[in-house]
Amino acid sequence: MSALVAVVLFFGVTAYAVFGGADFGAGFWDLVAGGAGRGQRPRALVDHSIGPVWEANHVWLIFCLVVLWTAFSPAFASITLTLFVPLTLAALGIVLRGSGFAFRKSVFATRERRGYGAVFASSSVLVPYCMGAVAGAIASGRVPAGGVAGDWWSSWMNPTSILGGVLAVTVCAYLAAVYLVHDAGRLDQRDMVRYFAARATCAAVVAGVVAFAGVFVLYADASYLFHGLTSRALPLVIVSALCGLGSLWMLARGAYRFARPLAIGAVAAVVVGWGVAQWPYVLPETLKVAQAAAPTATLASVLVVFAAAAVLILPSLGLLYVLDQRSVLQEPPADAHERGGDARAV
Amino acid sequence: MTPLAGTLLAVDPVPWARSQMAFTLAAHIVLVPLGVAWAFMALVANWRAIKRDDRDALLLAQRWAKYMAVTFAVGAVTGTVLSFEFGLLWPTFMGRFGAAFGIPFAIEGLFFFLEAIFIAIYIYGWKRMQPWHHFWSGVPIVVAGIGGTVSVIAANAWMNEPSGFTLDSAGKVTQVEPLSVIFNKAMPYQALHMTVAAYLVGGFLIASVYAAGMLKGRTDRYHRLGFLIPFTVAVVAAPLQMITGDALARFVYSNEPAKFASIELVPKTSSDVPETLFGHLDADGTVSGGIRIPGMASWLSDPRTGTATVVTGRNAFASDDQPTVAEANVVHLAWDVMIGIGTLLTLLAVWYAISWVVRRDMPRSRLFLRIAAGAGILSIVALEAGWVVTEVGRQPWIVHEYLRVKDAATTNGGVWITFCVVCAVYLAVGTTLILVLRRMSRRWREQRGEEESDVPYGPRPPLPAPVPGDEVPIG
Repeated sequence: MSALVAVVLFFGVTAYAVFGGADFGAGFWDLVAGGAGRGQRPRALVDHSIGPVWEANHVWLIFCLVVLWTAFSPAFASITLTLFVPLTLAALGIVLRGSGFAFRKSVFATRERRGYGAVFASSSVLVPYCMGAVAGAIASGRVPAGGVAGDWWSSWMNPTSILGGVLAVTVCAYLAAVYLVHDAGRLDQRDMVRYFAARATCAAVVAGVVAFAGVFVLYADASYLFHGLTSRALPLVIVSALCGLGSLWMLARGAYRFARPLAIGAVAAVVVGWGVAQWPYVLPETLKVAQAAAPTATLASVLVVFAAAAVLILPSLGLLYVLDQRSVLQEPPADAHERGGDARAV
Repeated sequence: MTPLAGTLLAVDPVPWARSQMAFTLAAHIVLVPLGVAWAFMALVANWRAIKRDDRDALLLAQRWAKYMAVTFAVGAVTGTVLSFEFGLLWPTFMGRFGAAFGIPFAIEGLFFFLEAIFIAIYIYGWKRMQPWHHFWSGVPIVVAGIGGTVSVIAANAWMNEPSGFTLDSAGKVTQVEPLSVIFNKAMPYQALHMTVAAYLVGGFLIASVYAAGMLKGRTDRYHRLGFLIPFTVAVVAAPLQMITGDALARFVYSNEPAKFASIELVPKTSSDVPETLFGHLDADGTVSGGIRIPGMASWLSDPRTGTATVVTGRNAFASDDQPTVAEANVVHLAWDVMIGIGTLLTLLAVWYAISWVVRRDMPRSRLFLRIAAGAGILSIVALEAGWVVTEVGRQPWIVHEYLRVKDAATTNGGVWITFCVVCAVYLAVGTTLILVLRRMSRRWREQRGEEESDVPYGPRPPLPAPVPGDEVPIG
């Protein structure tokens, strides 16, 4: 049963990467959109695109944390003891990202919007970096089992963690750009389609290069993971590479409708590949999934809750996405003329 | 590691971990009533707007939805910090008891998901959804808010009354009974008390803003409605809260005697225990100062036996198994503050109710409005005080009689640094939140009287063409 719960956990991790990751990536494009004038339209698209969905997407993180601490509590204790610094930075980054975004939507003076926007955008880069570094630390076996802390610094400042962090940031940016191309198309903003298509292509190439360089890093620094990725997880790595190349080709051809599922496939396959590669360990080479697992009744409760989520949450999420994609969800009323009334409001 | 860094990272983490957890919880708990109760009040206004074609109610519901969008975002992220902190600050607690303690949180995750999804649909659905579809999309927020509160409180109640697990000789959890974990003995009392508290605080807090507006002469129908809806909710909640609180107190008397001895400041087990209002426990175990009501604590603990009711005193427990003298004084003061404010708010509720019965209108006196304007802050103080009673009253345990706080804490000596950073970030976010909400309200006030050009539930406006320089080209 512990294996089943591990699958559920990785379902959550993958969902967070694919949906939550894109929201962080949108923050990345917000950050590099340039000055208030030049960046106005891309930022407006980012606002419009992630506004209704980011909180729901964020809940996947809570889901992962709760499943980890309930079903594999000894592993959770080891991870939080060792990776205190990057996890604290991530938590603070999450606070600043969320409140910065909400505040920016609610004020209309340019100066204030710029300040909150900068907080939102920079923390959108910090959080995925920290998450990627944490993943790298776990995957490279730097988190010891048994409730003792590993090294405070080198556990997350090492080649695999840096690779994880950089890869997370680029992959988030890539996903976000692909989604934004689609959203711009939906809103009939041709210039923004071109704008984000160029950036999506760029991010796809960078992510590909980082992933390729990563092969050598893992070979030298995380042998267990490397071995897993080149044996049992190899099919997933190949699927990821093919999807990535496919989405790049679709972007080049202007077939944006197909670029999105392919990009999702590329990212999901690599995340699942990580999980398969480090199987059967939750903390590679020190703590196996079965050893860390909670008593059967607890695992069963987690599965029951997950089944309830499949019945209740997935259709609700589907409803949210469908309403959003059909442009039923709009800025609340009375905002349109407020935005015009900048001078009067301040 | 350099000697300086070594010194900086070698500070005892326990007091700092406690402080950080207390601070972040204290901040998050203020947002809880808004997340839980505001959606209900917005739906009341929304219902009225559709049923009676009431423009003021519609405007109110829309604006509340916009405020909620901001407070819910901040509540969601500060809640996430708490999830991180369970591990970052209390790794031993989570490592040893996560298998039991985590179960209510798994359920809470489910409710949080529903809440986040439907709040997005509700907030962004004003323009293009059918009025009644839109109204019903808000209902799951209310249900999920209550469900989430009950789940989180079930976890907290489990810390007070741990049950539903078996330990082996090494102290490892070997068997778990999920239902006994969730429905532990304290859960029904605490969950009810906190759920009612969310509506009480949410109601008084939102009403207080409109009461302040009315005091400044904004007595139009819009402000009146903005006051009446939340205040009525709070007025219903206040007497209910006295009842749930009384039941919880008697539960604590029967099941958590060490906490109760601190609450009532009882040094020695005896009958005919006086109720001490304020007052102070001294290091030698005597109570000094305050006002004593003879026999009252005994009588309240069990009215059937009256003043003959025996109350267990602090002498019945080893000194390191119960709150310290300083902690007991904090618990007692917090208790008095909570009860005092609760009583005041209930009297305010009675005043309002009598006025409605006699005159079919809310009280006209400015004194009433002044108290109502202060009731928001007062109810928050009572909420925080109640939480202090349950948390400090459980000391020195994190899991009552199974795990001590000092043994559960992280060994990382740098927690004092994160505490300082967290305080700075939260103070900045909290201040900004208040400023942003005030800014929104001022902006709306300034534009009042101008034509509301954007009609909700109206015909779908055409999409504007993307003009360079146009800010947000949406419908």
